[in-house]
Amino acid sequence: MNGLLSRSIVMNLVRFKGLPILQQLHVEENLLRTSSHNWCIINDGTHHPTVVMGISGAASELLEIEPVLRDGIPVIRRFTGGGTVVVGSGTVFVTLICNKEAVADLQMYPRPIMSWTGLFYDRVFQGIGDFHLRENDYVFGNRKFGGNAQSITKNRWIHHTSFLWDYDVRNMAYLKLPKRAPEYRLARDHLEFICRMKDYMPRSVFIDKTVEALGTEFSVRSVKSDGLASFLNTKFSPSTRLLTRQELEAAAFASPVEIALS
Amino acid sequence: MALRMWASSTANALRISCASKAHLSPAFSLSRCFSTVLDGLKYATSHEWVKHEGSVATIGITDHAQVITRLQYTADHLGEVVFVELPERKASVSQGSGFGAVESVKATSDVNSPISGEVVEVNSKLSESPGLINTSPYEDGWMIKVKPSNPAELESLLGPKEYTKFCEEEDAAH
Repeated sequence: MNGLLSRSIVMNLVRFKGLPILQQLHVEENLLRTSSHNWCIINDGTHHPTVVMGISGAASELLEIEPVLRDGIPVIRRFTGGGTVVVGSGTVFVTLICNKEAVADLQMYPRPIMSWTGLFYDRVFQGIGDFHLRENDYVFGNRKFGGNAQSITKNRWIHHTSFLWDYDVRNMAYLKLPKRAPEYRLARDHLEFICRMKDYMPRSVFIDKTVEALGTEFSVRSVKSDGLASFLNTKFSPSTRLLTRQELEAAAFASPVEIALS
Repeated sequence: MALRMWASSTANALRISCASKAHLSPAFSLSRCFSTVLDGLKYATSHEWVKHEGSVATIGITDHAQVITRLQYTADHLGEVVFVELPERKASVSQGSGFGAVESVKATSDVNSPISGEVVEVNSKLSESPGLINTSPYEDGWMIKVKPSNPAELESLLGPKEYTKFCEEEDAAH
């Protein structure tokens, strides 16, 4: 990594605590599409358990719809690729939104970006818990604690991560076992596959170390969360959205038909 | 407004990925680096191709783009294009601006139009078979057909030799 050259690149850092994930995703999509600056967003927890699917996520395939409806869990379809997560107060979100030039010699394709973030977080964790990037996940050993998703435009990219600092086991019941899974998962169910970051590192230490690693790569400029509005384009309409109750009910009816046909 | 075309991705991805495993073993991966560039097409530096025939231009992404996308995932057996987002008929596209996206496992990547005009046809096969973009990027994997509003824009695109050189320089720089 070309730390010396990159340190002249400005990275705006904005920090939230408990920002609703829908709002966070709207901010991210807006900044990716309309801003010309580099951004790092850290959101320390989101206040309500929420299901977040990737851009092509089909609720009928990915979710146990009845408990989702019964418990009034919001379901979001986000603008980036990737899989489905249940997020909540135990999730720490870290997002990087960068121009093509922000990281020298980085090819604007999924894998090079993913690999670069693996090196970035290598600095944050420095071998703690046998941290590494495994396929597209951040793991301790062979257990996932960080899930990633990206969107790449002509000259900018976003890579965002939901870190499982802690989670409520009951929330896992909202997700089906995904049809598409990394090889290293080996058909393990959720609880055997994931782990909690809290067992390895205090929450504030993780955030501090992330900010520190950011400072070794870029020239960090803090932007106050209430000052962010001036950087957003009010005319921009995000694609990230909440699914309606009607859509979820329709998906619930879709499931038995799928099973019958398979 | 994008027309979302949903992929029955799993079955396709697994079928395709079994085939690609054979291709992506070390002996073969080097040959896949030499991606195909066809004569008779024009190319954009963002890796889209255009075939102009009469009043309609067909657009897709090049073999180079899909090869890089697939090579990224040597360790990930589901690295094919799994979802394609395309515009609706009659939508306007403009040169250099995004008209849709392809999704490959964790990432969506914008696809940019090499020319401006009106969308006259959209490849509906991509909803069931998004992997066509990987297996047949210049034929069955075409994405949209456009009535060009400014045919002179085609002159600003690269020919096959220039595009090949551009790809070689891009790869050498990394």
